[in-house]
Amino acid sequence: MKFKTFFWFVAPSLFMMILFIAAPLISVFIQSFQITQPVMQQIEVETCTPGFLTQTCTTELKTVPVIDEATGKTQTTTAWVGLESYRNVLQMDKVWAAIGSGQFRDILQIDFWKALRFTLTFTLLTLPLVVGVGLAIALAVNNAAKSLRGPVIFISLLPFIITPVIGSLSIYWLFVGDGILTTTLERWTGQDIAMFAQSWTIELLMYFYRVWHVAPFAFVIFYAGLQTVNMDTLESAIIDGASRFERLRYVIVPHLMPLIVFIALIHLMDCYRVFEEIIGFRSEAHVISLQWLTFDFLTPDDAGNRAISRASASAMLTMIGIVILLILPLRRTWRDHKGGAH
Amino acid sequence: MYLKKLALAGAVSLSGMLMSTGAYAACAYENTVPLKSLSAGFEAWKAVTDAMAECGNFEAELDQEFRTKQPAAFAANPSLYQIGGVSNGTITPLLNAGTIRPLDDLVAKYGQNLAPNQLIRVDGKIMAVAMMVNTQHLMYREDIFNDLGIETPTSWDEVFAAAEKIKAAGVVDYAIGATMKSGWNLAQEFVNMYPGFGGQFFNGDNTTAVNSDAGIKALETMAKTLPYADPEVLVSDSTYVQQQFQQGKIAMSNLWASRGGAMNDANESSVVGKVKMAAAPVAMEGGAPATTLWWDGVVIAANISDEEADAAFRLVMEGMDEEMVKANNEAAIWLVGGYEPGPLAAGAIATATATPAAPPYPSTTQMGLLHTSLGNELPAFLTGERDAAATLVAIEESYTTAAKEAGILE
Repeated sequence: MKFKTFFWFVAPSLFMMILFIAAPLISVFIQSFQITQPVMQQIEVETCTPGFLTQTCTTELKTVPVIDEATGKTQTTTAWVGLESYRNVLQMDKVWAAIGSGQFRDILQIDFWKALRFTLTFTLLTLPLVVGVGLAIALAVNNAAKSLRGPVIFISLLPFIITPVIGSLSIYWLFVGDGILTTTLERWTGQDIAMFAQSWTIELLMYFYRVWHVAPFAFVIFYAGLQTVNMDTLESAIIDGASRFERLRYVIVPHLMPLIVFIALIHLMDCYRVFEEIIGFRSEAHVISLQWLTFDFLTPDDAGNRAISRASASAMLTMIGIVILLILPLRRTWRDHKGGAH
Repeated sequence: MYLKKLALAGAVSLSGMLMSTGAYAACAYENTVPLKSLSAGFEAWKAVTDAMAECGNFEAELDQEFRTKQPAAFAANPSLYQIGGVSNGTITPLLNAGTIRPLDDLVAKYGQNLAPNQLIRVDGKIMAVAMMVNTQHLMYREDIFNDLGIETPTSWDEVFAAAEKIKAAGVVDYAIGATMKSGWNLAQEFVNMYPGFGGQFFNGDNTTAVNSDAGIKALETMAKTLPYADPEVLVSDSTYVQQQFQQGKIAMSNLWASRGGAMNDANESSVVGKVKMAAAPVAMEGGAPATTLWWDGVVIAANISDEEADAAFRLVMEGMDEEMVKANNEAAIWLVGGYEPGPLAAGAIATATATPAAPPYPSTTQMGLLHTSLGNELPAFLTGERDAAATLVAIEESYTTAAKEAGILE
């Protein structure tokens, strides 16, 4: 293809990517080194609020932002603060103190490290499960009778279609104290079940939900891959007396390896941004994730404050985390790609 | 069959239109200026905005996410809404940004029927008109208390004593219901309890004072609730506790007065007429009820023309009149004339008129920051990961970081 033709083909998506990915990323990167504050002043204010019959008036010193006479907006100042927002998020001084005193559990009291611990466990634990379950479904469907395949594929794809927030809310409603499943289980076992009362049960439900939700994606990819397995190789393996497991281990899995790496890549990227489960399960008291942390910094409180700088720093740290996680599978893909070019 | 349904639907929509024109007559005048409002979505706001809609040309947006939308919407020029529904917690960003206007001249023109305690004055200027008060107070199952011979608790010690008896009798799943969902709700529980022990939230220099003796006591009292409450209490918000009450699963709770009406809603509740209201329990002897007072009311945007403001305020006065209150007497603890406090209001009124009275929720920028810090740091204490003293230090540190970033502290 001529370069010019190629350029005009990719130009629209290139433009969109710059506008919606690169530009916000640069903006967040810059904001993570800045702090924008309103100019504050202390004034004495008398505030009167209603009781039921009378009014209570209090005079107090209030700190309020200065409003610019000309524009009618609050005056703000923006200052470069270097790595301060990152320090506020990471709280390394406390981490070193905890390591110094040998109290490693104290590290998990800090929001960022607590979130990182869960995010990493979540990502790395669900990865093999998603690949395994996806492959198992693909093999099962591949071996099923032709007439059954259509309906089986349809049903196993259903979880993938559900919007993640709705899916996690459904699980929450099923398993919460007076949910249908909990009540049935309680009646059955005669025990009081509280799935959302301690973090390990919540985490278990999260792993279960994520694997249930994402495995169909792995299944579809693997199923497509299985259609391209070389039948001659398989047949010769059978003649050589290879068992079903050996055929899987030495023929099918090596053939599917690029797809496994692809799914691992996508899954790592998606899982590291785990968010819906936290909101849907209302698990903030027990389990939080990095993406939720950014969200929490960004959410304004009743007085309208939002921690933009710390949110930016936390978002940049999340991105750095994803890049580190992706280096290994990406290197492999790159090597394979280079190898293929020879 | 299909045709019949269609005809029926037509008839219903026609009668709906007729009804709306019929109700239109209930308004004293016809509003000609197009107006919009943004407020919370609970029952009282529905009553007021419905009454306002009777005058025509009015569109109400009832949205529980109003607190996130309002500051930006009112900062636009012209403002996206002329009328805003706020509470003492959510008026702060509008006041700080100067996006709501003083109402003194409008009150003089249209506010003849307003009671003096409805006027919210900040720095001498009327900035909002309150319509109702709200507070968290003790709601309890009168039948259970009578059966077990328990007096109405007036202090938290008595609450725990009563809870012990109820737990021993095993008549409900959990003796106490608590709105301790991590985040805003849980923080509010602390904000209720802490002043009850005589605690101050801030020092003169805007640093927080929660790391104190009163703070430890407040935390210990909150922890004492846990053995009597649902083990999933850290995910339960006001709506969930309300439902537990309605389903007869809990015997008492320090719950919002605005949730009281739902107890007697026969469509949802299995405990109609059995739930009674009492003043919020005191935390220590001689102290104020361990709760905070809230008001809900109306503000008018600054970035609109004077004509629009005039029309908007006139409409608000029409919506908040005696007629509306008489028709919706049980929807709230109204401050508007014509309100006759029913049995559901007894607890809130007892709370508000107690001596010493419960303090109003402090609406300041610092309080917003502290509320967030409380909401994030308290769960670790209640799950047992951290003791009370360490939790208070963590709250202090979290607040200090946030306050420095917001420009409150140097």
